[in-house]
Amino acid sequence: MNTTAPSPGRLARMLDSDVWYSFKTSPMAILAAVIAFLCIFCSVFAPWVSPYNPFDLASLNLSDARLPPAWMAEGSRAHLLGTDGQGRDILSALFYGARISLLVGFASVAVSLVVGVGLGLLSGFVGGKVDALIMRICDVMLSFPSILVALLIDGVGRALFPNAQETLAFGVLIVAISLTGWVQYARTVRGSTLVERNKEYVQAARVIGVAPLRIMLKHVLPNVMGPVLVLATIQVAAAIITEATLSFLGVGVPPTSPSLGTLIRVGNDFLFSGEWWITIFPGAMLVLIALSVNLLGDWLRDALNPRLR
Amino acid sequence: MFAFILRRLGQAVAVMLTVAFIAFMLFQYVGDPVTSMLGQDATQEQRDDLRRDLGLDQPFPLQFARFVGNAAQGEFGLSLRQGRKVSVLIAERFPATLELALAAAVIALTVGIPLGVYAALRRGGFGSQLVMTLSLLGVSLPTFLIGILLILFFSVTLKWLPSFGRGDVVTFGNWSTGLLTVDGWKHLILPAITLSVFQLALIMRLVRAEMLEVLRTDYIKFARARGLQNSSVYFGHALKNTLVPVITITGLQLGSLIAFAIITETVFQWPGMGFLFIQAVQFADIPVMAAYLCLIALIFVVVNLSVDLLYFAVDPRLRIEKSAAGH
Repeated sequence: MNTTAPSPGRLARMLDSDVWYSFKTSPMAILAAVIAFLCIFCSVFAPWVSPYNPFDLASLNLSDARLPPAWMAEGSRAHLLGTDGQGRDILSALFYGARISLLVGFASVAVSLVVGVGLGLLSGFVGGKVDALIMRICDVMLSFPSILVALLIDGVGRALFPNAQETLAFGVLIVAISLTGWVQYARTVRGSTLVERNKEYVQAARVIGVAPLRIMLKHVLPNVMGPVLVLATIQVAAAIITEATLSFLGVGVPPTSPSLGTLIRVGNDFLFSGEWWITIFPGAMLVLIALSVNLLGDWLRDALNPRLR
Repeated sequence: MFAFILRRLGQAVAVMLTVAFIAFMLFQYVGDPVTSMLGQDATQEQRDDLRRDLGLDQPFPLQFARFVGNAAQGEFGLSLRQGRKVSVLIAERFPATLELALAAAVIALTVGIPLGVYAALRRGGFGSQLVMTLSLLGVSLPTFLIGILLILFFSVTLKWLPSFGRGDVVTFGNWSTGLLTVDGWKHLILPAITLSVFQLALIMRLVRAEMLEVLRTDYIKFARARGLQNSSVYFGHALKNTLVPVITITGLQLGSLIAFAIITETVFQWPGMGFLFIQAVQFADIPVMAAYLCLIALIFVVVNLSVDLLYFAVDPRLRIEKSAAGH
């Protein structure tokens, strides 16, 4: 996908690799990658791609409110996917909303990846009581549905900071979602670390007196990252869905910066008056992102699994 | 066997105590209970009195023990937002959630198992591939979106079914049920389907995978060799053996059905516990959140424990291995 590689050698090597071959020969993976890329591109460059700025109150015109999509009888060419109750262009709101959804999704995956990989590495490498404690915490967290854990942390965050600023509200949300996700990483990394730490290169490093922390980070960590990569891809989709669910329930992102979940929640009120497009298009966008990322994750898992080659 | 049960019981108690401790910490450190009960402009003397009455001046372990004692009796104090007893609030809402979860479980089982068997027997056929693709969609669609789509189709466009509330209910003492009125049934259909979709897809895929596994085994070949009819081989021999893991998963999922009901209840304005919990999260109503947390944990622990024991009773292999290892 990246056509401007830093050096021709690296690009040639990439095009020659097994993973790239498996990508080329899987139409599903290519389709998913194209859709995911389009969604991410439109969200990242929302201010340039979208036809209007949905946050610019001056450009809103109430007489344009609740216009149906362009292909319907009363639709207008100016608003391809119609407008919402305040005359906002749905297509633009979609791009801006997806931007916030993706931001929260990626941020919470990054946080849970760091926490999970760190604790998993510690658990597997140190062992003993530390290991037992961390794994018991994992067991307890895994026995509850993640949405419940996220809701609870979110609720506690709301109680702790009743008059939170917008950035703090985002922080609470990201922490709530990432604290439900780290368990998966911790268990995966712990498993691989247990295998790696008895291998000869680790023993050799120990013998020549490398500090344990350095062994953990420089020697073991790079060797356990493969499965983590697959997990992270799938977790991005899960995090985006969790964020949308929380925002739909009204406890997610602050209403001033609506994500896809918020758009669906707001559009839900218009469902009964027949304005289905206000809620269905954000829903479709959400499903499209989650499904394409999931398919990519599935493909990556198979491509990186040597037993399936 | 006895040691196994004892160990499981120990784990269950440990989980419950952990959850109770989290709930206790919420009470202690998130929001000051004295301020929330007396209001901002109470005198210091009033505060101290209430602090003593509530036992907040006692040592930490003693307070925790008292909290656990109260929680065991279902006592979690007053809701900060509604000013009513939390135990009463939850008791009012519990029947609605239980009915919804049970209805969803029944749908998931009665539709999921036959579809799974079908997809396994007609493997590779058009129908079974369609079923598999639909199930993938069912797993990846967020619950609230399924609810919205159902409302759009059946309530708004076709106008067949109502989209919010429980409809007419019949009350017996503390229990209210919507299962005795036609209106109640009509209101139940859409939420129950919404809640069941994920579990349905899960059960279907599980049954299919197990069925494919079992159909390859020797005793199925022998059953065929004996000249038994297809239906007898499939349902009398094969399906029976796939049901053990299905029972386990269904049991374990009953807890998450009650938890996931939060989303369904919000979409359909269903007056259950989940709806109560969401309002509590929105308004940072700690007593309600803590009580809900403890109740859900209790349901999970009890369900997991009974599934473990049931598994032990259903699968004789486990018993033999365990007792053999013990000798």
